[in-house]
Amino acid sequence: MDRRKLEEDFFRGLMLLSTIIVVGSLLAVFAVVLLKGAPALTLSMLTQTPKGGYYLGKEGGILNAIIGSLYLAAGATVLAFLLGLPVALYLREYAGRSRFASLTRLSLDVMWGIPSIVYGAFIFVIMLYVGARASLLWGIITVALFLLPIMTRAMDEVMKMTPFRLREASYALGSTRLETVMKVVSRQALPGILTAVLLAFSRGIGDAASVLLTAGYTDFIPRSLLDPVATLPLAVFFQIGSPFPEVQQRAYASGIILLGLVLLVSIASRLSTKKFMKYVIR
Amino acid sequence: MDTFKPHISIQKLNVFYEQHHVLKDITVDIPEKRITAIIGPSGCGKTTLLKSLNRLIDLIEGVKVSGKVLVNGVNIFDNGIDITDIRKKVGLIAQMPNPLPMSVYDNVAYGPRIHWAKDRRELDQTVEHCLQAVGLWSEVKERLKEPASRLSAGQQQRLCLARALAVKPEVLLCDEPTSALDPISGRQIETQLLTLKRDYTIVFVTHVLRQARRLADYVIFVYLGELVEHGPAQTVFTQPSDPRTRAYIEGVFG
Amino acid sequence: MAAVFPSLVLFIMAFSLSQRSTPILATQPLSELFFTSSWRPMKGEFGFYPFIMGTLWVTGVAMILAIPISILCAIYLAEYAPSRIRGAIKPLLDLLAGIPSVVYGLWGVLLVVPLIRYYIAPLLGGAATGYSVLAGGMVLAIMVFPLIISISEEVFRAVPFEVREASFALGATKWQTVKHVVMRKALPGVVAAIILGFSRAFGETMAVLMVVGNVARAPSSLLDPAYPLPALIANNYGEMMSIPLYDSALLLAALILLLVVFVFSVVARLSLLRIERRSV
Repeated sequence: MDRRKLEEDFFRGLMLLSTIIVVGSLLAVFAVVLLKGAPALTLSMLTQTPKGGYYLGKEGGILNAIIGSLYLAAGATVLAFLLGLPVALYLREYAGRSRFASLTRLSLDVMWGIPSIVYGAFIFVIMLYVGARASLLWGIITVALFLLPIMTRAMDEVMKMTPFRLREASYALGSTRLETVMKVVSRQALPGILTAVLLAFSRGIGDAASVLLTAGYTDFIPRSLLDPVATLPLAVFFQIGSPFPEVQQRAYASGIILLGLVLLVSIASRLSTKKFMKYVIR
Repeated sequence: MDTFKPHISIQKLNVFYEQHHVLKDITVDIPEKRITAIIGPSGCGKTTLLKSLNRLIDLIEGVKVSGKVLVNGVNIFDNGIDITDIRKKVGLIAQMPNPLPMSVYDNVAYGPRIHWAKDRRELDQTVEHCLQAVGLWSEVKERLKEPASRLSAGQQQRLCLARALAVKPEVLLCDEPTSALDPISGRQIETQLLTLKRDYTIVFVTHVLRQARRLADYVIFVYLGELVEHGPAQTVFTQPSDPRTRAYIEGVFG
Repeated sequence: MAAVFPSLVLFIMAFSLSQRSTPILATQPLSELFFTSSWRPMKGEFGFYPFIMGTLWVTGVAMILAIPISILCAIYLAEYAPSRIRGAIKPLLDLLAGIPSVVYGLWGVLLVVPLIRYYIAPLLGGAATGYSVLAGGMVLAIMVFPLIISISEEVFRAVPFEVREASFALGATKWQTVKHVVMRKALPGVVAAIILGFSRAFGETMAVLMVVGNVARAPSSLLDPAYPLPALIANNYGEMMSIPLYDSALLLAALILLLVVFVFSVVARLSLLRIERRSV
């Protein structure tokens, strides 16, 4: 028995160590970024766009990137939602066991795994084909493609939880399949759908590789869909590549802003889920 | 008249699942080398009582236990007790056959192996011996390497019995061992138990009174978590002293 | 029907990328492209070998680091941790999964690269800038943790209680039960999780790009810099159109990524599906 106890204790120790490493790395990421970026985090970072000489270390901020990211992520989330909701509903209600549904689900799973740079490259090819230039519109399209599998999967998970009884009750009252889906399933699934949307939104803010090739970069806030747009991740990326230490510092600060924004959306999604839970029957 | 020597002594056992008081002040002795039946309506704590005897209830989150269970005079709920040793001495067969995800051979050999048996020939002998003891040897001796899941439900349950015997226990606990089986397989298990009581103390839970009548030497009646009555089977079935017992036996409830 | 969209998109992607890759495939057979080391686009030399090796090295290191830690952590969460701890850690994992790639890259530059340069490299007996395979692997491993852990944990918890009870009833310790019974049932799922993790690591761009050095030479040690395929595309897309065949080469790289991810995803998902169906 001693040998077994030793074995048990040994592996328990390893397991705890692994868990500490995992949790610790999360904390390390937050800590380092916060510590290094805090000094450079000034109000002007948040409220000003880059002025002349910003990249040489002079004044300005990254408001262009903040607003740009918000526009981009919002647009992409909406587009992904519009494309994804019908797919998710279809998968849940109409198909169930059919071969076509399985194919679609598999396609979505593959899409989920495709790195965002490949989406960027693909849209880039299309842009070349139609002779377009990098802009907010193309960025939105790219990120929407990237978000589609994430959003659809999240919605699918949520709808899976709609108890069959509810749908039965609705059919019994005489509603058609479509009506049931629209009214009962959707409302029951509302908090989950909201979570899916917010989750996708936070991913949309944070992704760089997809927009690198397709959204361009600019010091200004875009005024139309055809303007190029700056994004927070790229702001971090470009600033950190600068030879000027002041600009590098600003990269760290931009990192905090990005992280903060993503965190904010995550917390918002968790809170709103709780608030809407009262409509949901468990 | 049989003499009953206590093998397991339960003293003031109380079990709580969170706030729910499942077993209330149970005090009773389990006689050695006899078949004891725990009877009572569903959901009244029979399985909990059974699983207290080898501390399998420890696996349930939020469980609290007070009182003593003495096996051969030693309280299994003491601090510092080796639980795996207790479970070696007091084995359990569950209601639904639960073969391990391995071959037939490995299922039976699992018990000895985790207690460090290594000699191949010894293991072979143990496996054969235990499978014969449950009447399964002739049916599976050509199929020892096959996954246990391929056996029929009745065979699987006998396999679980063989598996439990492989660690040479003193006590066999059976939680409604035939309720998931067809009548023929059920009878086979019952026959095995009757044979096994020569060498092992057997405690089984059932909600089928006829089965208890067929097999039991000693009866414990549990109702709503309380020990209502206990005694030699003959006595309890023909002259129960508690009105509740009488009502249950006559089929008024349960 | 909107539902046809995902399959359609995949098809179009594969088609257009392969179309754009054909020019370069016309100049040399694929095997030659893969095994040539010289990458000099201006001279029309497109040897993919350094990049393929770079990707394999970085992904390999990441998986070697991530697999044991993730599995052990998943076992802990599924089998040992009290529900309060599990409830606290799972949201943390979600948080970890949501951190943007560039932030990981930033962190890598701030912590991991100096760590390697000043502490680890001297220990290993080499001098290095810190921008290395090891840096990329370490950052990537952390990014892959939440994926492997969450799938594995679910797979472990899906193992039915009865089988565990059977093991305990025979007197097994918790670890013995995990090792011999739970793992056996959960293994296909854990393998699928690892395959998905590998797939994710293979395609990760920004974080790795920022810490790996981007030198177009196949690495020969952990401390050497590397240049993985995604970084290749990300760093050079600007020059794509100005040098002949460059666009085709880069898009071939994109196609390779697409195909690798495709194969891995399909394999992993199909086996997870089979497990789900079997346990129902």
